[in-house]
Amino acid sequence: MSLLEIKGVSKIYGSLKALDNVSLTVDTGEWVAIMGPSGSGKSTMMNIIGCMDKASLGEVLLDDVDISKVSSKKLTEIRRDKIGLIFQQFHLVNYLTAVENVMLAQYYHSMPDEKEALEALERVGLADRAKHLPSQLSGGEQQRVCIARALINHPEIILADEPTGNLDEANENIVLDLFRQLHNEGTTLIVVTHDPEVAEVAQRTIILDHGKLVKEVMNENFNSQNAAANNSGSQENGISDSGSKKSAETTEENPEAKKEKAEDNGRKADAMKARGKTRKGSKSKK
Amino acid sequence: MFFRMLRGAFFRQKGKMLMIAFTIMLGASLATAMLNVMFDVGDKVNQELKAYGANITVKPKNSSIIEEMYDIDESDVKSAHLKEDELGNIKTIFWAFNIVDYTPFIDTRVRIGEDEAKLVGTWFNHHMELATGETLDTGIANLRTWWDLTEGNWLDEQKQGSENEAMVGKLLAEKENLRIGSTITVSTDNGSRQLRVIGIYDAGGDEDDYIYTTLPAAQQLADCSGLISSIEVSALTTPDNELSRKAAKNGPESLSVTDYETWYCTAYVSSICYQIQEVITNSVAAPVRQVAESEGAIMDKTQLLMILITIFSLIGSALGISNLVTASVMERSNEIGLMKAIGAKDSSVLGVVLTEIMLTAVVGGVAGYFAGYGFAQIIGQSVFGSEIEMKLMVVPIVAVLITAVTLAGSLPAIRMLLRLRPAEVLHGR
Repeated sequence: MSLLEIKGVSKIYGSLKALDNVSLTVDTGEWVAIMGPSGSGKSTMMNIIGCMDKASLGEVLLDDVDISKVSSKKLTEIRRDKIGLIFQQFHLVNYLTAVENVMLAQYYHSMPDEKEALEALERVGLADRAKHLPSQLSGGEQQRVCIARALINHPEIILADEPTGNLDEANENIVLDLFRQLHNEGTTLIVVTHDPEVAEVAQRTIILDHGKLVKEVMNENFNSQNAAANNSGSQENGISDSGSKKSAETTEENPEAKKEKAEDNGRKADAMKARGKTRKGSKSKK
Repeated sequence: MFFRMLRGAFFRQKGKMLMIAFTIMLGASLATAMLNVMFDVGDKVNQELKAYGANITVKPKNSSIIEEMYDIDESDVKSAHLKEDELGNIKTIFWAFNIVDYTPFIDTRVRIGEDEAKLVGTWFNHHMELATGETLDTGIANLRTWWDLTEGNWLDEQKQGSENEAMVGKLLAEKENLRIGSTITVSTDNGSRQLRVIGIYDAGGDEDDYIYTTLPAAQQLADCSGLISSIEVSALTTPDNELSRKAAKNGPESLSVTDYETWYCTAYVSSICYQIQEVITNSVAAPVRQVAESEGAIMDKTQLLMILITIFSLIGSALGISNLVTASVMERSNEIGLMKAIGAKDSSVLGVVLTEIMLTAVVGGVAGYFAGYGFAQIIGQSVFGSEIEMKLMVVPIVAVLITAVTLAGSLPAIRMLLRLRPAEVLHGR
């Protein structure tokens, strides 16, 4: 079941085509990496998927709503309800503590709940750093606060822009472990990255160049890698359900891999739907 | 969460907020100082102008009409007088508090040997016990502050025997070869009197040929016991406006009931004159136009100057606030972009930023008000040599001005904030 459908999307700035007739489908629960050199259109694509920009041409269907046609106000609502954003630069509010930064997302979504925000921080292994200001946290810790903030409203899709770009290897592993957990729980992940090692742990990698989708690669060993990662190193990173990064073999997408991916995503979509229902029942909208 | 954000912004961005509060404080202090001085400057300037003498003269009705018709000196009008025992009534009018000084006059021609001179009876330092229980010490000494005493002292009418003393003008003293302690014999058809010269003054005008003595002495020589020929009144007045000019031109009867009440209850020179006429029988009170108009012109100009300084200081403050708030919003563009990216509406972000600025404005405004009151006192002491009264009405005016200036100064920042797109600040697009 597709959560995101991009059909012939172009983004034009004057004479420059940042995206040129790109089409792509992302299923619910899928983990997709977007790669490409600088200026290839990765961030433009993320902005369009993240409802922070509009396509010049084409259709972008997010949960069956064409977000290229809706008003800015509606885009804000969609962004608030369906999308969790993770940035390379973390973008935490420097005068709010870690838990307050997480609560900020709750505040604009529905209503702040400190207990729930603390649980989100606990999940990313930062329960003891909840009252610290961003300036008192390391880069890896700040990124984990950013992940907790993205998760707190249980979005349907998480968009991460170079989430490990500013992190050392240990912290990179922690972040990727968190992504594995989210994937296993059925969250749809779209990760923009320069780093082939980060892209290799995703189910599918999209490669952009000069605004065009030039290649789509399936990770045939995704499930076995995922299982192996889950079995190893969870205590090592201080996160309750984690794994370590493994090198991945990737191949061109083939029919068998597609079938396996579809079955896997179907199971996760069911799990996610069940989780979404639970949350909507427990929270009132602002 | 809203309050956590405000608390965070205030306590963890103290420097920025203090800078904005300081700018607002400067604007508020200047506005407060100028407005307090402006509202008090009327009284202060009035007090200063009292040095130039009375601004109202009261004469008997007949004398006034004949003077106007034939342009003759009032001393020639012998038959018209006012009653001395009504003088206390002047301090019972609606604007009694604004009557600073007044003194009666009676004058007559006297013979000094072969020569003739004008003798004027008046109060010098007259002590009055008013019906209201108040006391008043008034007289010509307060109304002729520009007289230069070349020899001797002012006549002290509280002293025993003062009714046989006199002050003479410089020219008359030279002409009659008078010195301090000299005795002059003045006579009229009604009798004669010996007066001892205790002061010689230089008035720089016709009065240098006059003899000034106490009211009872002059009344005896003029055979006008209990009567006076004119009164000079020094009153604190409000500058004339359209309403007072209309009342002065067409008479108060021409005003509507509301206008009449406004006019009557405002310290216009014309309404004070009208009220004096009500309490002094058969009198005509008229403003000394030159003094009244000078007062009005000086006060209008002084107030205009204060208003301009206030406006310019507020414009300066608005520019400062604008720069600081815009810089603050630019500096926080990532944070604001993030808020929008995670679902904040423009109105929510505006709410946070404006509340921060307005709370800062309250802090700056309150501090500025008290600082401004201090500045007003410095101005009062250094310019007028007295305290500037704290006017309560300045508080709401300053509050409204500071709110308006802060909002106006924040407009560029608000525009920038509304235009800010999260993708541009978070991804540099």
